[in-house]
Amino acid sequence: MTTALINVPKKAKRGDVIEIKTLMSHIMETGYRHTTSGQIVPRDIITSFACRYNGEEIFRADLFPATAANPFISFFTVATESGKFDFEWIGDNGFSETAAASIIVE
Amino acid sequence: MKVAGTITIVSLLIATGFIFHPVTAAEIPSNERRSGYTFMAPDTRAMQDDDTANPGMLGVLDGEALWNRKAGSADKSCADCHGDARVSMKGVAARYPAYDKLLARPVNLEQRINLCRARHQDAEPLPYEKHDLLALTAFVAEQSRGMAIAPDSAPELEPFVAKGRDFFMHRQGQLNLACTSCHDDNWDKHLAGSAVTQAIPNGYPVYRLEWQSLGSLQRRLRNCITGMRAQNFDFGAQELVELELYLMSRARGMPIETPAVRP
Repeated sequence: MTTALINVPKKAKRGDVIEIKTLMSHIMETGYRHTTSGQIVPRDIITSFACRYNGEEIFRADLFPATAANPFISFFTVATESGKFDFEWIGDNGFSETAAASIIVE
Repeated sequence: MKVAGTITIVSLLIATGFIFHPVTAAEIPSNERRSGYTFMAPDTRAMQDDDTANPGMLGVLDGEALWNRKAGSADKSCADCHGDARVSMKGVAARYPAYDKLLARPVNLEQRINLCRARHQDAEPLPYEKHDLLALTAFVAEQSRGMAIAPDSAPELEPFVAKGRDFFMHRQGQLNLACTSCHDDNWDKHLAGSAVTQAIPNGYPVYRLEWQSLGSLQRRLRNCITGMRAQNFDFGAQELVELELYLMSRARGMPIETPAVRP
């Protein structure tokens, strides 16, 4: 089961600085741990996150093994026009998830 | 290593006044009870308070999906019998563990879910501490968020509460500590940099940052028992359910915070 929680303001005034918060469910297994029998637990992390605002990329982050489980990523942008935010998480073992949120700019 | 570890812990205990402090076993007066929330740093509180930042909410969402998914050979979902959990499960977590007449003993919320699976869905029990059972329990318990803990008042439960209280008060393990040594007598102090707290289980299943996942009250209890270097119990053991029962009676009237975040 994969779940994401997105927090984008529903409405904003043109030119406002808005905060966008995202929480993605993922175990973020570092690849550095061993089982009790000494075998390495294979790495399983999200490696990349991106956000597009009406198609234009406004934020991107690369993630590494030191990131805690269920990565919480928050960032700011300027509300320029009404439309849609698209979020994309890509990771190990073919992990690929998307989410979207819309905003009305007045 | 082990000897060094023991010396460190013992000296920590001495430094914080644990060992030479006589066990007074005085329960915390109701007006001095505090949720674990009040011991947390402001940023951890903020994480719990914001539903889009609280990672426990991911479990609640998964639990909602499980609630509506058909399971077992009866091909029924939780929702097929119980309907909308927002109505039918409201206040349920506030009175658990509750008395089960058929088993003639108390069962906690996880066990109730598995009993429901066995009796009504003809489904395999969900394993303890795995994501599905934690998520479903968190979803059910979240319906009681903000409600006061009101333990089951069945008279049959009294001997079980008393057993749980005995467990809490009784010194055990290599460090010769009782639960009460920390959580009644020294809850306002720190142990290895962490607040001791009052053992008020009002937010389970909690998202514990140290675990990086949801975890049940029994997982927390087993942690503490290991820390006391005492004989541990398996998940679902009667002793742990009785302890849960007593802890919930101590927490009577405190609001449910599920899914709480703890450091």
